[in-house]
Amino acid sequence: MVKQEREIGNRPDNTAFTQQRLPAWQPMLSAGIVIPGFVLIGLAFIGIGVALFVTSRSIQVLEMDYTGVEPTSPCFRCSDPDVKNCVCNLAFNIDTLFKGPVFFYYGLSNYFQNYRKYSVSKDDDQLSGDLDNFESPSDTCSPYETVGSVPIVPCGSIANSMFNDTFKLYQIVNGNEKLVPFDGKGIAWWTDYNVKYRNPSVTPLKNAFNNTVKPISWPKPAYELDTSDAANNGFINQDFLVWMRTAALPDFRKLYRRITEGDYAKGLPAGNYTLKIAYNYPVLSFQGRKMVVFSNVSWMGGKNEFLGIAYLVVGSMCVFMSIVMLIVYAKFKFPEED
Amino acid sequence: MTWRSPLALVRDALRGQRAREKDLRNLASNLPYEGLDKAKQPNRYFLGNGIKTTKYTLLLFIPMNLFEQFHRLANIYFVGLAILNFVPVVNAFQPEVALIPICVIMCLAALKDGWEDFRRYQSDNKINNTLCFIYSRKEKQFMERRWKDVRVGDFVKVVYNEIVPADLLLLHTSDPNGVCHIDTSNLDGETNLKQRRAMSGLCVSDPEFEPESFNSVVVCEKPNNNLNHFKCYVEKPDKEKVGAGIQSLLLRGCTVKNTDHAVGFVVYAGHETKSMLNNNGPRYKRSKLERKLNINVIFCVILLLTMCLVGSVGHFLWLQKLPSVPPYLVPNSNGHLDSPSLSGFYMFFTMIILLQILIPISLYVSIELVKIGQIFFITNDIDLYNEETDSRVQCKTLNITEDLGQIEYIFSDKTGTLTENKMVFRRCSIMGTEYPHKENAIRLAVLEPESGEEVIFNQRPRPPHTGWSLHAEDTNSEDTGYDHDNQRKSKVTGNAQSNVAFSSPLETEVIPDRKLLQQISRPDRSDSGSRKTDPYLDFFLGLAICNTVVVSTATAQRQRESVFSSSGQTNNPLDSLSNLVKKSASTRHIFTSWKYKPKRSRTVSEDSVVEEDHFNTPVKIEGSGVTDGLQTCSLQASSQCDDPAATSDNLSYEAESPDEAALVYAAKAYGFILLARTPDSVTVRLPSGEDLVFEVLDTLTFDFNRKRMSILVRHPITKECVLYTKGADYAIMELLSTPYAEHLSGKQKNIAADTQHHLDCYAKEGLRTLCFTKKIVTDKVYESWTVNRQRALAAMDNREELVMDTAVQLETDLSLLGATGIEDRLQESVPETVVALREAGIQVWVLTGDKPETAVNIGYACRLLEEEDLVINMSCKNKLACTSILDCTLEEVRRYSEDPRNVDTRQDIALVIDGHTLTMALSSDLQDRFVDLAKRCRTVLCCRVTPLQKSRVVKVVREKLKVMTLAVGDGANDVNMIQAADIGIGISGQEGMQAVMASDFAISRFKHLKKLLLVHGHWCYTRLANMIIYFFYKNVAYVNLLFWYQFFCGFSANTMIDYWLMIFFNLFFTSVPPIMFGIMDKDVSAEMLLGVPELYRTGQGAGEYTFFTFWVSILDAFYQSLVCFFIPYLVYQDSDIDVFTFGTPLNTISLFTILLHLSIEIKAWTVVHWVVMLASVALYFIVTLAYSAMCVTCNPPSNPYWILQSQMADPMFYLLCTITTVVALLPRYTFHVLRNSIAPSPLVQARRLDRLDVSTRDEWMKEWRSFRGIGQVKRSRLSNPPSPTLGTPADIHPQSPTASDIMGDDLTLNVISENFQRPVHK
Repeated sequence: MVKQEREIGNRPDNTAFTQQRLPAWQPMLSAGIVIPGFVLIGLAFIGIGVALFVTSRSIQVLEMDYTGVEPTSPCFRCSDPDVKNCVCNLAFNIDTLFKGPVFFYYGLSNYFQNYRKYSVSKDDDQLSGDLDNFESPSDTCSPYETVGSVPIVPCGSIANSMFNDTFKLYQIVNGNEKLVPFDGKGIAWWTDYNVKYRNPSVTPLKNAFNNTVKPISWPKPAYELDTSDAANNGFINQDFLVWMRTAALPDFRKLYRRITEGDYAKGLPAGNYTLKIAYNYPVLSFQGRKMVVFSNVSWMGGKNEFLGIAYLVVGSMCVFMSIVMLIVYAKFKFPEED
Repeated sequence: MTWRSPLALVRDALRGQRAREKDLRNLASNLPYEGLDKAKQPNRYFLGNGIKTTKYTLLLFIPMNLFEQFHRLANIYFVGLAILNFVPVVNAFQPEVALIPICVIMCLAALKDGWEDFRRYQSDNKINNTLCFIYSRKEKQFMERRWKDVRVGDFVKVVYNEIVPADLLLLHTSDPNGVCHIDTSNLDGETNLKQRRAMSGLCVSDPEFEPESFNSVVVCEKPNNNLNHFKCYVEKPDKEKVGAGIQSLLLRGCTVKNTDHAVGFVVYAGHETKSMLNNNGPRYKRSKLERKLNINVIFCVILLLTMCLVGSVGHFLWLQKLPSVPPYLVPNSNGHLDSPSLSGFYMFFTMIILLQILIPISLYVSIELVKIGQIFFITNDIDLYNEETDSRVQCKTLNITEDLGQIEYIFSDKTGTLTENKMVFRRCSIMGTEYPHKENAIRLAVLEPESGEEVIFNQRPRPPHTGWSLHAEDTNSEDTGYDHDNQRKSKVTGNAQSNVAFSSPLETEVIPDRKLLQQISRPDRSDSGSRKTDPYLDFFLGLAICNTVVVSTATAQRQRESVFSSSGQTNNPLDSLSNLVKKSASTRHIFTSWKYKPKRSRTVSEDSVVEEDHFNTPVKIEGSGVTDGLQTCSLQASSQCDDPAATSDNLSYEAESPDEAALVYAAKAYGFILLARTPDSVTVRLPSGEDLVFEVLDTLTFDFNRKRMSILVRHPITKECVLYTKGADYAIMELLSTPYAEHLSGKQKNIAADTQHHLDCYAKEGLRTLCFTKKIVTDKVYESWTVNRQRALAAMDNREELVMDTAVQLETDLSLLGATGIEDRLQESVPETVVALREAGIQVWVLTGDKPETAVNIGYACRLLEEEDLVINMSCKNKLACTSILDCTLEEVRRYSEDPRNVDTRQDIALVIDGHTLTMALSSDLQDRFVDLAKRCRTVLCCRVTPLQKSRVVKVVREKLKVMTLAVGDGANDVNMIQAADIGIGISGQEGMQAVMASDFAISRFKHLKKLLLVHGHWCYTRLANMIIYFFYKNVAYVNLLFWYQFFCGFSANTMIDYWLMIFFNLFFTSVPPIMFGIMDKDVSAEMLLGVPELYRTGQGAGEYTFFTFWVSILDAFYQSLVCFFIPYLVYQDSDIDVFTFGTPLNTISLFTILLHLSIEIKAWTVVHWVVMLASVALYFIVTLAYSAMCVTCNPPSNPYWILQSQMADPMFYLLCTITTVVALLPRYTFHVLRNSIAPSPLVQARRLDRLDVSTRDEWMKEWRSFRGIGQVKRSRLSNPPSPTLGTPADIHPQSPTASDIMGDDLTLNVISENFQRPVHK
């Protein structure tokens, strides 16, 4: 009898998709199959780990705390908040050549720049040179928004709390202090300096700040941050930019200067040095510490032994696992797995 | 329109309300009031015919939709959180942004609702503007109007093939008998024509109906949704009442067929029509998984609150520890700092906002999307498509797909579910004499293989006529058996015949029993006078007229046409060839069947126990049989030629139940041809060629309580009132004038006893039995009875009972004519399906209205019962006995199962229980014991149960055993059960659509259950369970990153990830892969799941979604988030990293970890998987890069400008991402690998086998089944399944009293059973 071709309007499409028969790759997670993978990953990780570790080892770092909590510290005197315009000298010596370019950081600990209300306490539009926001800063700046009715520029808590210790490094050459030149250019993000932060296009810059006041804690207004270089003033002052990029963690360091010029382009030669610190920034109120850091950098950035060690450990674990898998495979392999 | 006072309006509204609420409605014709204003209309309070199914109006869409959406608890929660954002003390920075997710989700839902509503609006509009004819007094004729203009009280004319616009009381039709045929397929899917008759005694006298002359009042009941009941009477001006029922009601939505036109009076319109009241949208059921999901959501809430508390306390302690005010602490606007405790308190709420995504906002939406996808795949499965009916599986309840994967108990109806519900007349007993219809049996045996022939051709090259030549050459029976067996298997692919309801040759052709044919033809020829009293004649008359079969010719033509035209379309040469063979052999196959008979009949006749064989030698039978067969053929042929107007070939019978059709066809085979049926008469052609027209005095229709129907006719020759009754044997036997088994002696008693004996034998064969009786009613009795009857029919209160009482009054003192046995064949692949379901760990129960013997037999046939099973037959008269039997059996069974020696050789126990005993067993005090016993039984057959008992059984098992239940049935009597079970499945079969309408899923064959449960159920469940677990994991893993950061930002609820990117992360970057995972993942192939049904067990009970898996994944999420946070933390410690530069790698690492975690879970990667996964990663980078490049100051507090760019230029970024991702996923990966290697779950093993090539896989599959399925599977593979009839040896069910008492002369089933035993050649 004939199979009658009746009306089949309702007949589902017989396609691989609708019938769920699409060709599929079915990875099978079992010991035998993953052994090569584990070995491969393990060896690769060990390789990377060694490279990282060696690189990290080659980076020189010199950290010095100058909070001045301990009476023996050269800055002990300055840590008293009542003392104004205090300068302390931090002497240290370098045994071998500190390869350049040397990066000079200041560090703060226990300082919560990532505190929620703090980290938003700024006005991006104002900082991008919008004059409207000079007149009426955003609410996010509260309470560092206005003084009376006069707006604060730059407003907000971040700007207000800007780090204001300054440093000068001298090499002691034959008993004389020889100034090590600091390079203050390009320490902030290129995009911050060129795109994100803009001074209002008013010349002179000072006029833009008419009818505004400087942040409460600032000794001088924003347009006078760097009297020596007009291009480093206002919102595009490099130190200001560095500070405004709020740190992710409570113990952080920020780049202060680079040592790339003159006799020190190759690095800091061995010898005695004095760091003259204009001690202004109070940290005792939150049990914070201040420090300076000299470091050179490699392709992987600053010194970080953790990542190299982590790669080594994980790599060895993978190799170890592959051995375990081999045993498991030998014991429990499926007959059809050849 | 005149102005009316508001008071009047209110009064009017109240009055209308009251009029609608009243139990009875008085309706008058609108015609006298035509043109008057509304206040004067008599029917103004009733609804018009315009319908509005839309939920919303254009203006109020937004508020109404919002109101609707806020019914969902989850939405309220999320909106509450969004509002919390705006509370100032919480210090949310971008409250507007927090609104985005909830807005997106609610907008999507609103769009969906709006679209659906618009579609409804469009369809409403279309319906409302359909044209119809309404009578207008002005024009004096029927005018074309729109449906929405139809009002209650109007006269509406419906012409041929038109759809009825409202519920009409039929007053007049073009048919002289006042009959109108309707097709109700729009309403209930039943395709057979139904007869409706115009109300008698109103206007019939006029040839042309005059609506204006209608001045009666129609009194009808309040609208209800029962499609099969309607009560109303018409009160004429002279106060005479005429009752009317559903017989006179044309329902809205039906199509008028076979009738030129019909005129009706509108009783219900619009939303009050029965079809509209029946029109409920898809139902909402809560799946088991969702209930568990909600518990886990609560756990998440607890987790969230704990984390917030940690944050709040942490913040308090952190503030407390500060010696004085540091520069980074920002005072509030008036320059003061809040006290630490107050800050901590506020911080609690800020934390809630920060960590809110721990409660997966998108989970609910995702689940809905996944279910839509799953349903798409289920409904598109070609294996679940039935070509014969052109129907797919339907999913009516949209949200319980995963429950299909957890079923533990199946409750199945028998008739129409396990069996075809295609009734084939098999044998009968008349006046105590059995006529076995062997020839017919052979025909059935032969016909069946023939149907699948075409498939055989395709499978193996064979000459097309092999089937015939085989018999002609008289080859040994092995070959036919082999053939047969093959057919059975191949039928799966193409069931060629029986595409027209009740009219396949299988059902319509009956070869008469030779002996019986002689019996009836003898008196017929000798003297025509004895015809009046001849019981044989009466028996066949009863067969022919005692039914509600409608004779139709138009539909027959229609069907033939379609068959013809479609067969013309086939281009397969093999098809047409076999078609040719078939045509030429249509008479020949009777021959062949006869030819191959002798051998078989000899063997079988030895077993014959009923009576001594009248035949002398088998050889002789052959000869005489051939001639007789030819005679009947020619006889029919000649009668066809006699009367071209009503050739019997043109006749097509449309019956409400297939039994009736089978009986009518049987009568036809003996020459008693039902020619026509009108409400008042039945025309039957006798074998002599003479047409008898019986006047039908009344029809007492079938109901479940009486279990019988009767027809009262006036004999055209004797003019006597004769009542023919047919019904279930137990419903008939007690009504006989000489009760069965009483001490009364004589012929009657013998007939009754013999017939009962035959009935028992029939039942044991699995046949459905019906008894036929006759009663002569004297005119006096009839007259008095008819008065009662009329009164009952016109009654408004408990009309059903009254009508039934009158029926019972008349159906007494019946005299038995005989009984019939009708075979209801098992549906294809039922035994395989049952075995597979059972291997899948599902207990299958059968609940049937049939006798226990029939049920047991079907049980064996469909392998619910196996040879070695211990069958416990419970049937007791009173409760005391019931209690003791229950106790004893339970004790026995317990002892048996607890015996350590029986651990491996556990015998399977089956319980057969009848309805009466079941009632007692389910009583509250015995319930527990019954359930305990049933739990230990492998299968339970409940016989003679009522629909209510069916649902009770389901409820008791479901509640007591706390299992997932599924009920499957096809008829109206299964509706209760279907609704009581967790999942109700309706089989769209021969018995209308009520079961389908009540069901959650509708399938067309029982065998579809196998794939639906084993494959789709398993897939849906594992997919959804894994997706939900993954969703929880995903949110916890991501949120915890933020949480760990709180320990480094003074618990100030700061984030290191840009707010927008965070929202995008959940909304776009990681939302599609899990949804795709939930829709498309395939842990094991369909072939494997079908081949090893045991795999289904993984979903039963708790399945994969347990507290354990949930907490494991939560712990894993904690671990991963720790890794994802602290590795970057250690790397960037003491560096000049800023907040967002620190957050970017974290976000990237999370993305990779979360996606790769999913990759470990994905079992099969198709193109779609790759595309979705890669697209998600690409989208992340593209969006983030674009966002970081474009947004300089657009998102004030955060400044993500150029951050990802600068990170991507740093090699450390990649090194960091690589190691963190590896460390985060290593444990899970290793765990998976080790588990898969050391202790692979069955699913893993199955997946392993999936990778092998097909032949190896099949081999393994076989080995596995025989290895794992200790006992039952193995046994059934090695031993032959028991045959349905031949062999149920007495020791199998020792407590069944008549088990060994077998009718042995059945040929067909023996043949089948031998075929069963043939090994399948390959």
